[in-house]
This record gives sequence, structure tokens and C-alpha cells, in this order.
Amino acid sequence: MTIAAGTMKAGEPVFYVVDEHDHPEGSSTMLGFWIYLMSDCLIFAILFAVYGVLGAKYAAGPAPKDLFDLSLVAVNTSFLLLSSLTYGFAMLSMQQNRLGAMQGWLVITGLFGLAFLGIELTEFAHMIHEGATPQRSAFLSSFFTLVGTHGLHVTFGLVWLVTLMVQVKRFGLIEANRRRLVCLSLFWHFLDVIWIGVFTFVYLMGMLR
Amino acid sequence: MFDTANLTKLIFGRLTLESLPLHEPIIVGTFAMVALGGLALFGALTYFRLWGYLWKEWFTTVDHKRIGIMYMVLGIVMLLRGFADALMMRLQQAIAFNGSEGYLNSHHYDQVFTAHGVIMIFFVAMPLVTGLMNYVVPLQIGARDVSFPFLNNFSFWMTTSGAVLVMCSLFVGEFARTGWLAYPPLSNLSYSPDVGVDYYIWALQVAGVGTLLSGVNLICTIVKMRAPGMTMMKMPVFTWTSLCTNVLIVASFPVLTAVLALLSLDRYVGTNFFTNDFGGDPMMYVNLIWIWGHPEVYILILPAFGIFSEVTSTFSGKRLFGYTSMVYATVVITILSYLVWLHHFFTMGSGASVNSFFGITTMIISIPTGAKMFNWLFTMYRGRIRFELPMMWTVAFMLTFVIGGMTGVLLAVPPADFVLHNSLFLVAHFHNVIIGGVLFGLFAGIAYWFPKAFGFKLDPFWGKMSFWFWTVGFYFAFMPLYVLGLMGVTRRLRTFDDPSLQIWFIIAGIGAFMILLGIASFLIQIAVSVLRREQLVDTTGDPWDARTLEWATSSPPPAYNFAFTPVIHDNDAWWDMKRRFYARPLTGFKAIHMPSNTGTGVILAGLSTTMAFGLIWYMWWMAAGSFVALLAVAIGHTFNYHRSFHIPADEVVSVERARTELLAAGAKS
Repeated sequence: MTIAAGTMKAGEPVFYVVDEHDHPEGSSTMLGFWIYLMSDCLIFAILFAVYGVLGAKYAAGPAPKDLFDLSLVAVNTSFLLLSSLTYGFAMLSMQQNRLGAMQGWLVITGLFGLAFLGIELTEFAHMIHEGATPQRSAFLSSFFTLVGTHGLHVTFGLVWLVTLMVQVKRFGLIEANRRRLVCLSLFWHFLDVIWIGVFTFVYLMGMLR
Repeated sequence: MFDTANLTKLIFGRLTLESLPLHEPIIVGTFAMVALGGLALFGALTYFRLWGYLWKEWFTTVDHKRIGIMYMVLGIVMLLRGFADALMMRLQQAIAFNGSEGYLNSHHYDQVFTAHGVIMIFFVAMPLVTGLMNYVVPLQIGARDVSFPFLNNFSFWMTTSGAVLVMCSLFVGEFARTGWLAYPPLSNLSYSPDVGVDYYIWALQVAGVGTLLSGVNLICTIVKMRAPGMTMMKMPVFTWTSLCTNVLIVASFPVLTAVLALLSLDRYVGTNFFTNDFGGDPMMYVNLIWIWGHPEVYILILPAFGIFSEVTSTFSGKRLFGYTSMVYATVVITILSYLVWLHHFFTMGSGASVNSFFGITTMIISIPTGAKMFNWLFTMYRGRIRFELPMMWTVAFMLTFVIGGMTGVLLAVPPADFVLHNSLFLVAHFHNVIIGGVLFGLFAGIAYWFPKAFGFKLDPFWGKMSFWFWTVGFYFAFMPLYVLGLMGVTRRLRTFDDPSLQIWFIIAGIGAFMILLGIASFLIQIAVSVLRREQLVDTTGDPWDARTLEWATSSPPPAYNFAFTPVIHDNDAWWDMKRRFYARPLTGFKAIHMPSNTGTGVILAGLSTTMAFGLIWYMWWMAAGSFVALLAVAIGHTFNYHRSFHIPADEVVSVERARTELLAAGAKS
């Protein structure tokens, strides 16, 4: 962008851009998406705070020690962490314009995500079967809500992932699609970070209680 | 397999014929009037064949200016509803003495005070504030539109969708009877089993999506789209306050979303977040909702402060006194607004240390606010003040808001608050700051920017009528409430035993009636101005001899705002341009890249409305169907990669030539 007016002399003020080019589309998208993610982070912050207040209100019902199976959660956690890693590989392939490799890594990412959700749902089903329902105590209400909200985010991430893979297949690695892939990447890693919080505060510290 | 009862239940959920409030003559009458008015409007639009025009030019528009105007229309329409509620309460309280039950039964009265609060905050103040920010901010920073134009359209329709749900509750079912923040356990299923609280939850959730996204949008716009040369400390003060307000929106609305989601889980799933048993904690709701609620009042007042800053410096013909301190005061208020939420419930009993902390932080807020007040005073000092309508509202604000601020500091003293908590003194205080601050600011802003938006000024006579009715009416309506509050009268009462109190309620009722005349004058003012638009026309684009960039373009501005992006050297950019003999470019126009209109926002918001309606009435098929459709439309929209077009250079040339001719004609007459 040149600010210079045709008649510009030294010291003469310039009040408008003469030679202006179209602004690239999506120049604010990364910032906007980042701000959105931070607002989402606040929702999780509230759910963590609520869990902090209610996490020990068992109402004479089951406590974390009676319910959590740490080895299962460890497997689950590694699935999610690995999915972040594979998404990173997908991004690297994107930068090298290797479309096939990228789609492949995205498929693996999606499968890890699905496996994570599968295990989470099994865990939920098991707990509910044992009578540890969200209605049983404030602890369980906040547990199911926090972990479930994270799971819901992963689900929407998967829907988004599939949509994007279709779009990349149809329209190629055009600028708009690259931008979207980077946004989803942010989203996916963000969910990983949240899960580390869940794993630490809900599961590990719950077992110490 | 189903018998009829089961089938009806499957289709209509808990919606039955008894849900229609046919036994309430007031509501039936209102419905008849609204239906007649709606039919007349619908008929007129059809008769004059305006639907196509409205759809193409307005409903689907992504132009920030038109979206801004639509927000203003929504806010003004909802103001009429919210004020009708206020008038009903004033009348009820003025007559319900000496054994009289008044004319509203408790079931209806409780809905009226809840709806009044919810509507005035979420569907009057918020749309009006967002509308002004939407209209003015891109112009003030020399941008062609906001960062995400489609999102802007979608946000508006989500806000409208929330308003539609609240209006719906008037005629189908009922609204919450809990007060505007719906504290549990009262708002839990056991004490509010009807649809009222569900209407409340879903109206706010749907509108909240819109508010949050418009917050993200405006932050990005201000951060990324400023014209060259406009550094942060060269931004107009209104843009600064808008930035802070939108930061507050993004940092507080998620809290509201989360806490309402938890309340709906309690109501729909039977969880125990805010129940009295199984470990639930109702006070946690009160804490969480005020962590959103206190920043919310600053979301409303900060843009008003921005408006007053623009108005004061324009109509005093002076640079704003203490620009830097104004910016810092705004930022300090933004931060402090997160550290005071507990002053809304000192009586919770959190102990002396906690209460002292929040009492002190609350009092500290009066320091930056006081600094602002002095900045405005010093801007006026030795200025050549023109008492046009926006300036009159500003002076009224300065006098009124200081009273409200002082009663606020009074309430910030925990021992005093123990006496005044939930009394009419509190009600008088927050109306004092919201009417005297936010509303006066909005009226100043409307009078100030109206000529920019429509190309003619507002009629001053009816504007002054509105001004005097509003200000005098305000004092009549709320000063008696201070007195009553000090005498110990609590809020939200329907009937009274002590006849000696009645006179104060009658005075307050007279005040409310004067405000009614103020609102009527405002509407007449708009009508008269439209009729007299030839005499009130603004050919220059700068009717007030103003200082910021929005006045550099024509009134109303072309779709692209500025044919050439301006370059800024001073924080009163337009004043600087005028002072240094800026010559408007007349040649060299190029095609301009602009976003295209889309109907997706309307469709998504419509589906959100039906989904919310299904959830409210337990019509699960409707909720699920709408949700699936919502996802499908949203995903479908992402397959549209062609969202912009070019305004051809020829069109820019002809629009700019028309402006040149208008300027010349204006200079001659």
C-alpha cells in the first residue's frame, strides 16, 4: 500500500491512500478465532470453578476413588494427545502442499478423536450403570458437565474435521481452506490443553482426595 | 400404539390451550392491539410491495451501517414494550393501598417486573449500544466495514430472535416470575415448574450468541482495520470505549452462557448445581451471574461515556481535555469492573474481610469515573458551547449521573448496604445511573449521529420536548423511590399496608407518566423530522462542525464509506483535515471490494428460535429437527467461497459526483 499522493511534496500532509489494493480476505480471522477460543476457555474456566466448589459434595454418594479407573483415563488421554500430534503432522504436510498425506493424517486424527469419545462414553455408561448419575450428587453433576462439555467440543471438532476434509477434497488447498485448517488446528490443540486440565484436576487430584 | 393424549403430548409437548392466557383480559387486549398493529404493518408492507426491498436491502445486508440502524429500530421497539411494563408497575403500586389489590394479580405482576428488567437490559440497552457501535466505529476508524460482515448480520438476527422469544412469552405461556436474574432455588423446577424460566433461559442464550459474536467482531475491527496513521492513542474516544466494552462482552458473556447452561441442566436433566440438597449451592449461581452482571453494566455505560466525550468536545469547539487520562480511566474501569461483583450481595454473609475488599474496590471505581467527569467539565471550560440537543443531554447526564454515582458509593459501604439491600433505594440508584447515564447517552448519540445516518437533522423542538419530559420525569419518578427506600420499603412489592407511603408512589407514577410523554415526543420528533427532512437536510456531511472521521464522508455515507481510505495524523482526524485545508479527491476512483449480502443469518436465527421454542415447550421433535437443520445450514454456508464483489469504478465515480454536486448546492444556499 502506498500512501504517497501524486502531488506529494516534502512537508505537505497526505490525507488519503491513493494507490490502494484489495484487502486480503480473512486478514482478521486468526485474531477473531483466537478471541473466540479465549471466550470458550472462559466457559471451561467457569466449569472448572464450579467443579472446584462442588467437587467434594458427594451427598453420601460415590467419590472419585470409587468411580475412576485411572488406567483407562491414561489410555484416553494418550489418544487425545496423539491426535494433537497427528494434527500437527497434517499441518506440516499442508505446508509442503502434500494433499494426500495431509488428508491421511487428518483421518488418523479423526480416528483418535473417535476412540477418545468412545472410551469416554463407555466410562460414562459404566458410571451411570453403577448409579453414579449426574443427578446423584453435586460432585457428579459438575463432573459430568465439565467432562461432557469437553466431549461435546471434541464431537463438534470431528464434525468440523469431516466437513473440512470434504472441502479440501473438492476445492483443494486454496487460501480459504488453509485458513480454516489452521483454525481447526487451534481448536484441536485448545481442547488438548483443556483435557490436560481435566486430567490433572478432576482425575489425578480426585484420586488423591 | 399411542392414544390421542400421548400423541398430543408428543407433538405439542406441554403446550395446551390452557397455556394461552385467555383469562387475563389485559393480555388479551394487548394481544388484540399487537395483532391488529402487526396485521396493519404486514398489510402495508405487502400493499406497497416492500417485502422484496426489505429482504434484499435490509434483512440480508452485511453493511454495518444498515445493521446498526436495524439494531436501533429493535431497541426502540422493545423500549415501548419495556416501558409499558414500567408504567403498569407504577400504576399498580400507586393504587394498591388501603386493602386494594390494585389491578394486577401477583402471577401477572411478577412477570411484569421480571420482563421489564430483562427487556430493558438485554433488548433495549444492548441493541441500542451495539447499534451505535456498529454504525459509528467503522466510520470513525476509516474502515469500509467490520472484520466479519456476515457474522455481524447473524449477530443481529440472533439478538432479534431472543427478543421474539420474550415477546412470544407474553401471548403463549408466561414469562419468568423470578426477577430479572432468576435466582435459584426460586428458578429451579420445583418452585418454577412452568415455562417462564425456560423462556428466560433460551431468550438470553440465543441473544447471548449474537452479543458475544458481535463483541469478537468489533474487537477485531478496531484492532485490525484502523486507517493508516491511526495509532491506538489516536483513536477517537468513542472507539476506545467501544473497544473496552467489547472486551468486556467477550470476557463476561461466556460466564452468563455457562451459568444459564447449568441452570437449564438443573431444570431439564435434574442435576444438582443450584439445588438445596445433594450438595447443590444456590449462592454459587448468585456469584456467577454477577461475575457477568457487573461487567454488563459497564458494557452499557462505557459507550455512553464515549458518546459524551465526542459530544462535549464537538459542541464546545475544543479538543477533548485529558484524552490520555480519559483512555486510561476507561481501561481502569474495564479492569475494576471484574473486581466488584460481590457488592450485589453483601448480605450473603461472606464475612467482614471479603465484604470490605469488595466495598473498597467498588469505591475505587468512582475515582476514574470522577476523572472523566472533570475532563468533560474542563473541556467545556472556556469553550464556545453550543447547546444543541446532544449537548443538553450531556449536561443533564453530568448532573444526574453524579447523584447516581454518590448513592452508589453509599451502597458500597457494607453496613449501609445491609440496611438498603433490595430496597427501593437500590432500585432508585440503578435507574439513576442507567437512565441518567446510559439512556441519556443513547439519546445524545441518536441526536448526534442521526444526521450522519439519514442525511437530515432531528427536529429540535420535539427533541427539546422529549428532553424536558424525560429529565423532569426521571426526577419525579425516582427521587421518591430514594425516600421510600430509606424508609425501608423493599423492591418488587405488589400491595402496601402503610397508607402514609402512598403519596410517594403517586409522585413516582406522575414521573412515569411524564416519561411516557418524553417517549411520545421522541417518536413524534422522528416523524416530524422525516416530514421536514427538506428543511433539516445536511448537505455537508458535517452538520455539527465536528472533529472525528465519520464526518469526513457524506450523510448518509456511501456503501463503501470512504472512496479512498483516509490517512490520520491527529486524534481529531477530521478537525485536523479541515484545519489544514484538506481537498476532497475528485478523480482517480477505483473499483471497491465489498462483502456480498446473504440470507443465511436470518435462516440460522429463525432455526434457533424454533429450536428454543421446542425446548421451552418440551416439543423435542421440533428442537431436534431445528438443531439438525441449524447444523446443515451452517455447514452448507461454509461451502460458499464467493462472498464478495466489486463496486465498479463507474459507480463510485457517479456516487462521488453526486456528492460534489450536493456540496456545491449546499454551499450556494
